[in-house]
Amino acid sequence: MTDGPLVLGIETSCDETGVGLVRGQVLLADAVASSVDEHARFGGVVPEVASRAHLEAMVPTIERACRGAGVALTDVDVVAVTAGPGLAGALLVGVAAAKALALALDKPLYGVNHLSAHVAVDQLEHGLLPQRCVAMLVSGGHSSLLLVDDVTIGVEPLGATLDDAAGEAFDKVARLLGLPFPGGPYIDRRSSEGHVTIDFPRGLTSSKDIARHRFDFSFSGLKTAVARWVEARELSGQPVPVADVAASFQEAVCDVLTRKAVDACTANGVDHLVIGGGVAANSRLRSLAEERAGRHGIAVRVPRPALCTDNGAMVAALGAEVVRRGREPSGLDIPADSSLPLTSVII
Amino acid sequence: MLLAFDTATPAVTVALHDGTAVVAESTMVGAMRHGELLAPGIEQVLADAGVTPRDLTRIAVGVGPGPFTGLRVGVMTARIMGAVLAIPVVGVCTLDVVAAAVMSEEPFLVATDARRKEVYWATYDRESRRTDGPHVAKPDMVATRCPVAGRGASLYPEAFPHAIDPEHPDAAHLARLVVGAELSPLSPEPLYLRRPDAVEASARKRVL
Ligand SMILES: [Zn+2]
Repeated sequence: MTDGPLVLGIETSCDETGVGLVRGQVLLADAVASSVDEHARFGGVVPEVASRAHLEAMVPTIERACRGAGVALTDVDVVAVTAGPGLAGALLVGVAAAKALALALDKPLYGVNHLSAHVAVDQLEHGLLPQRCVAMLVSGGHSSLLLVDDVTIGVEPLGATLDDAAGEAFDKVARLLGLPFPGGPYIDRRSSEGHVTIDFPRGLTSSKDIARHRFDFSFSGLKTAVARWVEARELSGQPVPVADVAASFQEAVCDVLTRKAVDACTANGVDHLVIGGGVAANSRLRSLAEERAGRHGIAVRVPRPALCTDNGAMVAALGAEVVRRGREPSGLDIPADSSLPLTSVII
Repeated sequence: MLLAFDTATPAVTVALHDGTAVVAESTMVGAMRHGELLAPGIEQVLADAGVTPRDLTRIAVGVGPGPFTGLRVGVMTARIMGAVLAIPVVGVCTLDVVAAAVMSEEPFLVATDARRKEVYWATYDRESRRTDGPHVAKPDMVATRCPVAGRGASLYPEAFPHAIDPEHPDAAHLARLVVGAELSPLSPEPLYLRRPDAVEASARKRVL
């Protein structure tokens, strides 16, 4: 579908300044400026550093997206922006930029939910979402299983992490193995050189836990178990087999994620699983999800890695979908809501 | 047609100047709600004057110093509007905007709330020309019997016993400063005056 309004999406919920341009389900440009290097020495995202970087990166990133799509800023028909959830100060920069665009262009504004956008972005890759699907969002900030009927109305949370997000566990384990931040890609790379030799715990998978937390996750116990194992090795004076520890940790995370995601699909009679968020870029997660889902006749939809991490295209994709479905735009007085609930797609 | 606004204090203030006079203005005081108030304020001022964004020829924005979150709302809005409309954007020190409204027979200070029990401050001569600053400091480090305008004076009466008006900046004065070319404008960069709070990652904690 190449007709429909030209939608510009802005994403600033964490450390990526993302600007995407979408028409219908066609991605025209996706420009991202990341401040990740500025956060690396702090071992995590520093909100004020991220907010300052968003302010500086915004206009150049918008211009880059327009050049990439071969359009003028004045061609934009609709402005969409992540209104939450995310870092309050960071969100506010994006929301201010989106309002100023809508105001100066005299075009409608949609303040949308970041998590719904992670689901909607798959439409750019695999066409319209099925009538009903389960979405698993896994990143440094979220780990959730959602039941999605209409991504523009709201999603039903099935489960979420009780402690660390999956991506956070990757970052923490990477740090204790002496690998750089953000940890995900480094763990993935080192894992491919090692073997699954250590049986690390799978959180919330015992029958007792399943009764209460069937679709919830817990990764802090796993992280602690890895830390204990590594320290015991160090104390005994033996070298730490980094590749094997990475592979064993990664296997534990992917095992739990895919097991619960497939269970969520079968329990709800759903035959499509959408995976989004930065951790969806993990090669083992993709292959294990496809293997296990395939056994149950469930199709797995994972957008390409650049669309899994936070980006503006996903916000534009959701913006295009809310326009297609005829939803009402937001007012220029909307707040940035750092704890926007999943049930609120447009604010 | 100049659009001027400032969000570096609890006031969200917007004004429109047609080159001769201020033709519309709006000021709302709503601490922590800059992001919600500014765009509707601009929309209101444009509507009041019967002007569309395309009629604007220049934008002026207060660049602080001021609490970062609110300050960025103004600067981001100015930069985006400037980019869309392809018009120049200039910055003005927010303390100068406060000073522009002061009537004083003697040199004075402007002090605004910098939170964390500190003030942003600058000194001015009788003609409201800045002579020192802007800086950020504890109020007792800059305590004075001179007249002091800005919210800092009402917040810290022991350091600043001689409080004078105004308490907040007014975009009408910001617009007049720029139109009257009474100062050389700045680029639209926030005057943060403080580095971000952040501690570098320490060695990892032991769990055993
Ligand atoms: Zn995300």
